[in-house]
Amino acid sequence: MKLTTIWHNRIFEALKDNTQTSATSPSPFVVMVQKEISDHIKSWRFIVLLLMILLTCFGSLYISIANLPQALANTNDPNRDFVFLKLLTASDGTLPPFHILLGFLGPLLGIGMGFDAINSEQNNGTLIRIMAQPVPRDYLINAKFTGAIAVVTLMFTILNLLLVGLGMIITGLSPTFEEALRIAGFVFVCIVYVAFWLNLSILFSIKFRRASTSALTAMAVWLFFTVFYQIIIGISSRAFAALTVPKGSYIFQKFLISLIDIAPSKLFTDATSTLLIPSIRSLGPLSMRQMQGAIPSSLSFTDSLMIIWPQLTGLIAASILCFAISYYLFMRKEIRS
Amino acid sequence: METPVISTKQLCKDYGDIHAVCKLDLEIRKGEIFGLLGPNGAGKSTTILMILGLTEPSSGEVSVCGYHPTTNPIEVKKRVGYLPDSVGFYDNMSGLENLCHIARLNRIKENVEDTALHYLQKVGLDSAAHRKTGTYSRGMKQRLGLADVLIRKPEVIILDEPTLGIDPTGVRDFLQLIRELSREQGLTVLLSSHHLHQVQQVCDRVGIFVGGSLIALGDIPSLSKTLHQGQAFTVEAEISGDINFNKHPVKKELLAMKEVIEVKENNGRVQLYCSSDITPLIARTLINSGLNVSYLCKKEYGLDDIYQRYFEGNYETNHNMA
Repeated sequence: MKLTTIWHNRIFEALKDNTQTSATSPSPFVVMVQKEISDHIKSWRFIVLLLMILLTCFGSLYISIANLPQALANTNDPNRDFVFLKLLTASDGTLPPFHILLGFLGPLLGIGMGFDAINSEQNNGTLIRIMAQPVPRDYLINAKFTGAIAVVTLMFTILNLLLVGLGMIITGLSPTFEEALRIAGFVFVCIVYVAFWLNLSILFSIKFRRASTSALTAMAVWLFFTVFYQIIIGISSRAFAALTVPKGSYIFQKFLISLIDIAPSKLFTDATSTLLIPSIRSLGPLSMRQMQGAIPSSLSFTDSLMIIWPQLTGLIAASILCFAISYYLFMRKEIRS
Repeated sequence: METPVISTKQLCKDYGDIHAVCKLDLEIRKGEIFGLLGPNGAGKSTTILMILGLTEPSSGEVSVCGYHPTTNPIEVKKRVGYLPDSVGFYDNMSGLENLCHIARLNRIKENVEDTALHYLQKVGLDSAAHRKTGTYSRGMKQRLGLADVLIRKPEVIILDEPTLGIDPTGVRDFLQLIRELSREQGLTVLLSSHHLHQVQQVCDRVGIFVGGSLIALGDIPSLSKTLHQGQAFTVEAEISGDINFNKHPVKKELLAMKEVIEVKENNGRVQLYCSSDITPLIARTLINSGLNVSYLCKKEYGLDDIYQRYFEGNYETNHNMA
């Protein structure tokens, strides 16, 4: 008797109350993320970027399908069993393969989604209004990141599923488990890569008051790494090669190559190439002795993963570093407009 | 005496070498409308931000509803509604959507949309509820800002320059609304402004803020009393008819009174500076000498005069006086 009263008066009410509040009022963080997602999806900027990526995606798919029979017939190619990976990588040279194109467009997507994350709120006077609400300050920057990454994740997942689906329709084959794993890994690397540029542009959006300044700075960094970085290292390697003794020159060249290897775009292309082309067995130079006796065959997924482990951790680390700096700056930021 | 809703003790904020706020002691009681008055850059906004916990004080203490804004900002923000001076909304969303967003962030229990519509109606924006806020006028944004503050059901409302950029009728309505709401719901209101008349209209007490420190505090009559202690009373009279006052015998008569210090004629109006309030005597004198007095007024010192004294006169001497 007593127990049932307790059940009815306390526990039942509490449960009812609990379900009611959780049903009607989600946590403020969820509300903010929802707003970010809907903002991104409705914005023209995202639609344009999406169209660009869709175009390159289907452009490269078209070319790879045209080249598919040829590539699969090549008996010397150890990758010819991976039809779906071939779909993503095969090219006749007119258009770079999909994963290389994403190396160009990914940064653009990340920068486009983040360059005005904080400064537009500050300039519109919405930042101070949101900060005056009873929510912790970091909710805003976390929501900015989470919202954008959710959209990017959704986009890449759908895009790759579409590609695989189209491949299934066209070839009549179904992907093996390993291919599915490799493609999932590829999607993950793409998301991490976009996350890096997103975090970098969020960082600039906190640092710079004007959205145009932050966009241009982020673009400058991107251009620097895609174009000038290699050129500068190439020039300096030639300049120093003439000066040093052969032994020192070798060490120096190695150092320069590792410098090239840590550029974000290089990390991305290395990681995606290794994932999508299973026959890649090393990303660095191999000596003749190491090559001797090697059978040209494909690696297993875990072996490929081992090869790109440094690239993967590097990208994730760079991304986290940018976010950590943004977080620190944002928490200390004077929010008056 | 009941504990004040907002209190600051020796509050200071420095930006480098500049003292934005300097040793501020302020107490705001429950249910009152307090006006923070001062010219631009006096440190009003900084004080408000410190009260909200959005800026950290360099030294000193703030307490809002018993909470410490620096260590417990969430609790303070739950109780305080803040309308910033340049309030902004998400331009791509409608007024209703903006309001719903804030309501959801505050996890209000009722149906979000109905509540938002109710508050929009309260501030008179129900007809523009579905328009994008990008198309709103300044006054509409300000009213939406007020709805945005009210929907959270705060105990304290802080308004930073709420009347900036609104036309005179808009200002009157807005202040009327604030006053009504404060009286209806027992809200404590802190508003900052450099528009004296407006503050005079609604505030129970005002604090005058110059160069980061509070130089005068109190209700308007007592303020004007302290400020004008030992100062001349001014009586203004207008005499109809074509009379050259300066040559009229009554001038000499008036000047002969021991309380009258000076008599001046200005634009057809006579101003008498006296050491004490002798308005009835002046009236009698003027009428007895056969002049047609069409207007007679003892000048009350309003905030304007106070303002003049503080901001446009020599601040240092006034500071010593206060």
